[in-house]
Amino acid sequence: MAISLLTPEFIIERNDARCIRCQVCVRQCANLAHIYDQEEDRVLADDSKCVNCHRCVTLCPTRAITIRKNPLEFKENASWTATAIREIYKQAETGGILLTGMGNDKPYPIYWDRMLINASQVTNPSIDPLREPMELKTFLGRKPEMLKVENGKLKEKLPPQLELEVPIMFSAMSFGSISFNACQALAMAASELGIMYNTGEGGLHKNLRKYGKNTIVQVASGRFGVDPEYLNAGAAIEIKIGQGAKPGIGGHLPGEKVTAQISQTRMIPLGSDAISPAPHHDIYSIEDLRQLIFSLKEATDYRKPVAVKIAAVHNVAAICSGIARAGADIIVIDGFRGGTGAAPLRIRDNVGIPIEFALAAVDTRLRQEGIRNQVSLVCAGGIRNSSDVIKAIALGADAVYIGQAALIAMGCHMCQKCYTGKCNWGIATQDPNLVKRLNPEIAARRLVNLIKAWAHEMKEMLGGMGINAIESLRGNRFMLRGIGLTSREL
Amino acid sequence: MKVIDASGMHYKDLNAMIKQLIKGNAAEILVKNVQGQRYIGDGIQGNSKIIIEGTPGNDMAAYMDGATIVVHGNAQDGVANTMNDGKVVIHGNTGDILGYAMRGGEVYIKGDVGYRVGIHMKEYLDKKPVIVIGGKAGAFLGEYMAGGIIILLGLNVDDTQKIVGNYCGTGMHGGVIYSRIPIDSYKLGKEVKQTQAEDGDMEIIGLYVKKFSDYFGFDYRSIMDSQFVKIYPYNHRPYGNLYAY
Repeated sequence: MAISLLTPEFIIERNDARCIRCQVCVRQCANLAHIYDQEEDRVLADDSKCVNCHRCVTLCPTRAITIRKNPLEFKENASWTATAIREIYKQAETGGILLTGMGNDKPYPIYWDRMLINASQVTNPSIDPLREPMELKTFLGRKPEMLKVENGKLKEKLPPQLELEVPIMFSAMSFGSISFNACQALAMAASELGIMYNTGEGGLHKNLRKYGKNTIVQVASGRFGVDPEYLNAGAAIEIKIGQGAKPGIGGHLPGEKVTAQISQTRMIPLGSDAISPAPHHDIYSIEDLRQLIFSLKEATDYRKPVAVKIAAVHNVAAICSGIARAGADIIVIDGFRGGTGAAPLRIRDNVGIPIEFALAAVDTRLRQEGIRNQVSLVCAGGIRNSSDVIKAIALGADAVYIGQAALIAMGCHMCQKCYTGKCNWGIATQDPNLVKRLNPEIAARRLVNLIKAWAHEMKEMLGGMGINAIESLRGNRFMLRGIGLTSREL
Repeated sequence: MKVIDASGMHYKDLNAMIKQLIKGNAAEILVKNVQGQRYIGDGIQGNSKIIIEGTPGNDMAAYMDGATIVVHGNAQDGVANTMNDGKVVIHGNTGDILGYAMRGGEVYIKGDVGYRVGIHMKEYLDKKPVIVIGGKAGAFLGEYMAGGIIILLGLNVDDTQKIVGNYCGTGMHGGVIYSRIPIDSYKLGKEVKQTQAEDGDMEIIGLYVKKFSDYFGFDYRSIMDSQFVKIYPYNHRPYGNLYAY
């Protein structure tokens, strides 16, 4: 094999005076970047294997390790950046499609950061959420045109609704893309918080069935793990059409990751590739989508709301109008910054549109058509904090999904190597030795802390606006001001 | 036997009625005058037998998990979509995407089937879905197939050109397709190979052709007289070398 032209991306620096040769770093690194030399009694490093996940840095008891970006530079060239050159080397050596993990990391504009939120002064008093009730509770699902009341009771049965204590849910992450412990942490946290987590297209592990009322089960093109029990196990069903990180393409869980547990949960043979085709082969039109929505409703006796998740792409407003008319109760729009366990790099970095525009366009269109009440809108893809949530709701969302933020809360360090299956933090891996590093109780606690903290912040922001229920903020764009946006972007 | 007259009924009411009868442990339900009502038998479990006279609509027996449905007539698209267990017998032709992502149970069709039949069928442990097609099939038969058995008899044709459409077995990475007549190689996906069925294969074929002949009144021996071929994937990891790590 010829020599690789790829130089290390990172450099592992070890302060030898601090290093006590405990070899924690050697044992912790699944990429084998640290090596102990017994003869010399020294710990050495293979920089080329380092992915900069900070596992060794965090666990080193004497803080002896630092990871730096390799300062080695190519000759300056605005067109042929180091990244562009390295990618070509990699493809020239392997002949393969470049893979990546997590969301788009390119410096495209982030419109959340170009919007500011309003607050009350004098004319409309602000509210102190520490003293006064503040409502974050949200119901997702189809709302009737009008309510008919008879003898103090509703005359007609409401369509099925999802009840959320906070308008934040954990987005679809399959058992396969993340570990069982990570799934369990999400399920436990959702159940404690009164929100939802989503199985992704990985089936539902039997040990997680008890979290059913806080579970959204996903039906995607591969139909993995889908049977009547699965459909009835959750609080809602989500049809996955697309994903923000990889609009228009399907997914492959490589055979080496199809372990005994994964095979059982997805109901496929051990070690075979799990292929989710790009389209659902029973959906080639809005009419076909309606058919799938109603076949799922029939199979669950109309007891569960059905959501449809799409990636934010051109014409998203018209597409969502079609989805609403096809009978979906909830529409999920996933922006181009949404995360993934594995996606072709070119697709992740170049396909889709910003969620901020998509959301505003969809909300406007559904209002214009007078069908906004027929569906709830969930916004996903790159929500980083509580102010992003507030801005999303003011732009028209009913709730948001968070994926990457939830993973970071559990310990993810954004090294973007999920697809290798060697996650040192026990999240995006199926290696039992790595999985056990993630304690589900601790991870669930961290998730609960995060959402509680965000909920407090959201209440403060609402109070500042003089609003005491999240309901009053929905689609209330008067509460936002654009900064440095062109008139078209506004 | 319970009898339902489906004429003029909305599918929602019809299906609720059928489910009610199944809940009451009805062994046999005869549904007369079916006029395209969709979703019949979706997600039903148990051992009931539903006999349909007329033409059921799309997505019949979707997610079905047990039970038997016999159709005296043609069926439309999406029969046995993501079916988990049970049996479907159709005394006629069916439309597209029959048995999409089917994981278990058996489907027998007397006549022809449409496009994309058996796409992404899969098997798991003791679950092995089977589709037996008496007539011919459209394009994309067994695309992405990951498990299970499709038996294509083509009893109404005697021409390798006509028994199946193009792209048969494209992306297939599990399971097997048996055909009574060899298939022209240009019609096959590049992920599959075609060989003559061996003794072990003929035993499997015989098992299901026997049932097929019994249901529809064909002569078992004359069908089994043919030299069947077997279409199966080169490996279970068709896209193993697609990526740069």
